[in-house]
Order: sequence, then structure tokens, then C-alpha cells
Amino acid sequence: MVLSASPITGLDQPGMMATQSTRDGVRTLWVTVDDLRPTLSTLKEHTPALLMLFDLTAIDERERTHRDGQPPADFTVIYHLMSLATRADEVRIKVALLGDRPTLPTISDLWPNANWYEREIWDLFGIRFENHPFLRRILTPPTWTDHPLRKDHYARATEMPPYSLTEEQERHEQDAMRFDPSAWGMQRHSDHSDFMFLNLGPNHPSVHGVFRIILQLEGERIVDAVPDIGFHHRGAEKMGERQSWHTYIPYTDRVDYLGGVMNNFPYVMAVETLAGITPPPRAQMIRVMLAELFRIASHLVFYGTMAQDVGQLSPVFYMFTDRERVFGIIEAICGFRMHPAWFRIGGVAMDLPTGWEDLIRAFVNDLPRRLDEYDAMVMRNPVFRGRTKGVGAYTTAEAVEWGVTGPGLRATGLPWDYRRQAPYACYEQLEFDIPTGANGDCYDRIAVHVEEIRQSLRIIRQCLDHMPAGPIKADHPLTTPPPRARTLHDIETLIHHFLGAAWGPVIPPGEARSCVEATKGLNCYTLVSDGGTTSYRTRIRTPSFAHLQMIPLLGRGVMIADLIAILGSIDFVMADVDR
Amino acid sequence: MTPLPLAPIVLTPLVVLALATVLTWVERRLLGLWQDRYGPNRVGPGGMFQAVADGIKLLFKQDWVPPFADRGVFVLAPAIGMMTVLLSFAVIPLAAGGIAGGLNVGLLFILAMMGLGVYAVVLAGWASDSKYALLGGMRAAAQMISYEVFMALSLLGVVMVAGSFSLRDIVAAQSGLWFIIPQGLGFVVFLLAGIAETHRLPFDLPEGENELGAGFHTEYSGMKFGMFFIAEYAGIVLVSALATTLYLGGGNGLLLPAPVWFALKTGVIVAFFILLRAGLPRPRYDQLMGLGWKVLLPLSLLNVLATGTVMMLRAS
Repeated sequence: MVLSASPITGLDQPGMMATQSTRDGVRTLWVTVDDLRPTLSTLKEHTPALLMLFDLTAIDERERTHRDGQPPADFTVIYHLMSLATRADEVRIKVALLGDRPTLPTISDLWPNANWYEREIWDLFGIRFENHPFLRRILTPPTWTDHPLRKDHYARATEMPPYSLTEEQERHEQDAMRFDPSAWGMQRHSDHSDFMFLNLGPNHPSVHGVFRIILQLEGERIVDAVPDIGFHHRGAEKMGERQSWHTYIPYTDRVDYLGGVMNNFPYVMAVETLAGITPPPRAQMIRVMLAELFRIASHLVFYGTMAQDVGQLSPVFYMFTDRERVFGIIEAICGFRMHPAWFRIGGVAMDLPTGWEDLIRAFVNDLPRRLDEYDAMVMRNPVFRGRTKGVGAYTTAEAVEWGVTGPGLRATGLPWDYRRQAPYACYEQLEFDIPTGANGDCYDRIAVHVEEIRQSLRIIRQCLDHMPAGPIKADHPLTTPPPRARTLHDIETLIHHFLGAAWGPVIPPGEARSCVEATKGLNCYTLVSDGGTTSYRTRIRTPSFAHLQMIPLLGRGVMIADLIAILGSIDFVMADVDR
Repeated sequence: MTPLPLAPIVLTPLVVLALATVLTWVERRLLGLWQDRYGPNRVGPGGMFQAVADGIKLLFKQDWVPPFADRGVFVLAPAIGMMTVLLSFAVIPLAAGGIAGGLNVGLLFILAMMGLGVYAVVLAGWASDSKYALLGGMRAAAQMISYEVFMALSLLGVVMVAGSFSLRDIVAAQSGLWFIIPQGLGFVVFLLAGIAETHRLPFDLPEGENELGAGFHTEYSGMKFGMFFIAEYAGIVLVSALATTLYLGGGNGLLLPAPVWFALKTGVIVAFFILLRAGLPRPRYDQLMGLGWKVLLPLSLLNVLATGTVMMLRAS
């Protein structure tokens, strides 16, 4: 390991206990609880800026069998750091914890975005973080009593007695939802006036789903804001521990439900890394093409709803019409529209249908003209500019501190795109520009989104012109399901098909993560296999979760209307936040 | 004492209400046209009876007042909104003079009614005892009070030229040249103020659905909501009719009879209102106030000054 050659330095210190080799090749180091904070702060000092706390999560190790060479642990907490230097560099710091109710120090003073991640770990695993400013449940309701991602927690409602809600319980639940400003250290009044506490959501036209923000208001000016998430929590990570590696694919579609196959992408790539499968070039390019189509679909929704959030009624109809055309293409290829679950372990479900080129070419040729019209209608509209320019701005340094990726990061002027910094699939062979902004305000974020639609069209056009011939599934025993023609011809493949369908493929033990530049930022699946037909731990790192945490920072001091513009420009999906 | 003009008294409110109802359908169809979709097209020919169906639905809804609301004021607010708009129509010289077309302070009467109309919104926001409604009511109070100032000032030009507050006299004064030509600036300011007065997009901040849910009428349902709704559309007709009367020569025109001309001109302005809604985003609260006090107020004062100067030069 040559440490000096990589952007992240400072790893060669005495605190390191052991290094662990993982399937994805990301450097993984174990430290003791006592060495954790010194190690992380040294790392932060040594790495010249742009070191992001990319992810922070845990594993319940108590039922895991394949832990060769790893220190004994009941729980492991993983600090996933990523340097946003010219090329992506990652490192995983792991801490082994023993006992049923372990504790470790918080790092929310080193990286502010650790706050929510630590709350999430407390909520789902029951690991306490000492000196955390506000260690409360975040995804489950405040009345919840258990920690769902522990291995001894039930996974399905059918494992529970029938649910009933008495009037008293209902009152109790509703009281728990009531906001208490003093719990957050908020004042009820200033020297000269009383503050109003406004409950924005969970049902509100501009929170894009079920999401609550409690606003401390002085007139229409926001003094402070407290985002409250978890209303859309469906236990996607827990489901990953029950579903087979193959049958989990459709669940991923629904995480960022505007992203469709974009969600399949990191998941199947992570499984393929664990299994050692390399999908054939045609499958790679089909994946990229479909993912870019979904990027366009998602960005169109963003564009339209953003305009609507500042009161412009019409654009959303034009953009949904265009999105409908994208869905027409997706449907022709996949048979589904929003959630095709089209990627498979080792390739894609089926080959492209006859005539797919004409469908896509017509769309790719037509959309730029319409985008130009939208520019005139939305981006150059003086009222729209007045509402978005200079509103909700943050710097590159702030973005990195808070774990912001995707268009929100590029709008600050940093040309950092995972497709370029750590190319996956066939992105290395494709030409595209990385649009950036200059001010990091709402307007720049929208402009970056719009330009990304154009760049996606460019990528799709290249896929159209250079689609390789050949198989759409890898020639590998763990490809699920195996190529159909071969299933019908040789008994070996038929057996694999049968086992894959009856029990699911058995993926070799190991750990792997896979990232993609998804529609809203970096989407990363970290999978732990214990050598079974299901994942031992499925971690979904979503961009929206990180981005929402910034709302109080952006919201302080602005008007309600500005907050709505900021919310729109963040481009989040609540299912992507709550999982 | 002259006998009461019974027929106009009965007919005017009926016609105005019917117009406002039909206008809800016209707006939805026009928006549909401009937004690449159909709009309501199922009930009756071209969906014309959609407005009737909606009216029936609203009428038959439970008449519900939230338990936390100030009951008396809550019920009174939509009635005020409706009443002030309808009363304003009394002085509009629709065709043969209307009910009180000859009222020599007709214009002042309308301004007074519009001023009273603010109470509907403010009281609704207050009586609802809901934070969103309160914010909407607050916005409405600030917005409508400021815009009333410019509206009155922009009309001053017309009054100066016509030399009368009576709408009938103002129409008569335009037999040669419509006031939109000499009073173009006043017309623009008046129209902007009119949009703000009827709180229509882009100046629909009291409702501002993206921010406040439904603003001042968040807690309203059934026919009480319907009255706000219809009053808003009647308000559009009123402002358009007023613009026609003051700037577009009222019923003056070639060949066609006066009522037809009047309806045509009013219709064009109404359509323009709807087009604005289809096209423009909503400015922020402080931007709206800034536009009013920093741009429109000086402009309307300038208009008065210029009109006065020209009149003085002419006279001398």
C-alpha cells in the first residue's frame, strides 16, 4: 500500500490495529475506540481540504460467521471517508465494539454531517454516541422502543401479533409528535416579540413527499428550522437481509423512486464485485443508456417542480410531457415505466427490442429544441431569477463538510463527477462535460441540472451510435438468471437457474461497496455477504439524506418563500432520505 | 324620489355570478390549452357545465366551521368578500347605465368597496385561528393596502382628464380617444394594482399555495370557500370591466352595439389575466412590496404630474 500516492494521507499512525482486505479494494483499517477520534482528526488535518465523511454506518456482527482476520466485535461502526481530489479516493475506518449497549465518542464536531448518521445508528442499532448534541431517534417514531437493524429484531409484520391502536395509544403517539422548542434549545420569544412555530409538513405542497420542517418564525423570516424525517421509512435495508440477492433488485428501484434503474446500478455492481462477475460490454452500455434516460426523467421532474415551487404553473406540464416520452422509451425496452428493475446480476434482463434506435433517436433529436424553449420560459424569466439568484448559497467547503454530492456540489464550482473521477461501467469510453456553477445558489443548482440533461443526451447519442454487439449477460455461474438460450440446452445452466430461482444465488463471503453518480448525487450500496443466499448487511447511502441535513444552515434568516425555493433546488426524494 | 330600478338590481348580481362561474371553467380550459392538456371537457358541451357541477358539489358539502375558529367572523368574512364585489358592479355602466351608473362619485365608490374587500381576507385569516391562514391574512393586508394607494393614484390621471368621478362621464369623455393612449402609464399601473387587488398570480401571495397551502382560506370548505372563489373571479371581471370603462372607452366602438363591445373588451383583459397566471412565477413577498413602493408609486405620481402639466399647458 503506497499511502503517499493517494490524496488521503496520515493513515500510517500507531493507532491502526489491522487492515482488512475487501472485495472492492477500498482500504479498510481497524482502530480502537480510544484511537478513533485522534485518527479521524489527524486524517482531516493531513488531507488538504475536501475530505468528506461520505458515509457512517454500522454492522451487527453477532450472527456473522465469516470474519477471518477481523478483530472480535459485536458491532462494527464504519466511517467511510472520501477525498474529492482530482480522482476519488476512499478509506474505511472501522471500530470494533463489544457488548450489547456499546458506546463511542461522537465525531459530529469534526464533521457536522455525522450528526444525522450517528442518530441513525443509535436509532437502528442502539449504539450510543457520547457528547452527541441531540441523540434522538431519526427514522423510527419517537415512541419506538427497539432498534430495528439489530439481528434479533423481527423483520416482518407477520412476526408480530395483530396491530391495534387504542384511543389512548393514539393520543400518546400524537403527543409524541408535538414539537417542543425547549428540547431543541430554542427560545419561545426574543426581547421584543414572540416567535411563531410553524409546522411545514408532513403534508405540504412544497415538501415533495412526507417531510416535516418545524420553522421558528419572526414574521415571515425564519429564525431556525428543524427538519423531521422518517415518515417514509420502509426498512429498505432490513428487507435486504431477507430477500435473496436477486429478488432485492425491485426494492432498489423504489429507493429514489424517480431514478428507476439508476438505483439498480450500484446494487448489482456491488453484488457483481462480491461475486467476481464482469458484465459484457453490451450490457454495460445498455445500463449506462437506461441510467442516463432516467437521469433525464428525474431532472425533468426536478425542473418542472422547481418552477412550480416558485409559483410558475405551466412548465411542469411541458416537462412531464417530455418525461412521458422518456417513459415511452423505457416501457418499450423494459415493459415498465417508473420502476423497471431491469438490471440483473451479471447483465440486464433482456436484449434491446427491434427498433429501439429510432425511438431514442427521435427523442434525443427533439428534446434540445424544447430545452431551449424552457430556458427562455424559466431560466431567463426575470421573476424566476429574482427568486433563485443569491438564495440558498453555500461554498464548496461547506458542501464537503455536509456531505453534499451531485449537482448541488457542482453548482459550487467544483467539477467533481463520480462518472469522471472513478469511472464505472463504460463511462470511460464516453465523452461528456461536467457542468458547474459559480455561486452555489438555487439558480446555479437548477442551471447545472438543466445542462446535465443536455450532457445525458450527448451520452445517450454516443450509446446509440456505438452500441456493441454481443451477449447481454456475463458468462458466469452466478449470473442470475442465467442466459435463457443456454438454460434450455445444458443441464449445468439449468441447475443454476433452478437454484437461483428456488433459493437464490449463493454469493461468496466478503464486503464490497459500489457507488454511482445517481440523479441527485452519490448513491452507494455497501453489501456484506456471509456466504449465503441473502445479504448479511445492506447499507444504502443515499444523497438526499445528506442534503436534507443542510436545511437549517440554508434556512436561517431567509423568508418562507426562499425556503421553498431552497427545498425545490435541493432535488430530494423522501423515499431516498428515509429508505 | 325616483323608483328603484328593480330589473337591474335583480339581474346584475345574477349575471355577475353566472359570469364568474363560467369564468372558472373558461380559465381551466384556457390554462389547459396553454399547458398542452385538455382541462375539464367532460360535463356538457366542451365541459361547459363543469362549473355547474362544481357549484352543486360545493353547495351540498357539509357546512363545517373548525371548532377552533371564531365562528361569527369566520362566517362573515366570505360574505363581505362577495358583497363588496357585487356592490361595486352597481356603478359599472355595463350597458344602459347599470343600477347607479350616474352616481357622481362612482369611481370613489368602487375604490371604497375594494378597500372594504380587504376585510374579507384579513378577517378570514384572523378568524381561522390557523397559522397558515394568519400568514396569508397578514400578507393580504400589507399587499392590498399598499396596492390600493397606487391604484387610486393611477386612476387620478383619468379623473383629471375626464374632469369627473362618474363612470358614465368618463366613458363619454372617451368618445374621441380612448384614455389608454394619453394614460398608457396609468393603465399599466392600474392593471398591475388590479392583479394585486384580486390576488391573482403572479401576485397571489395571500394564497401562495406553494408556501402557505391555501393561505387565508386554508380552513374554509364548502360554499364558504365557494364564495371566496366566486368573489375572486367576480373581482377579475370587475377589474377588467373597470379597465374597459376607464381606459378602453367602455361600450364605445364601431358597428356593434355597446354591450357587445363592452363584453369583448372585458373578455380580452380577463384572458390576459389568465395568461399571466399561465406564464409567470410568483415574486417573493418583499420583492412584491418593493415593486409597489419603489416602482409603481413613483410611476403613478409621475403620471399625475405629467397629466397635470399637459393639462396646464393646454389650458394656458
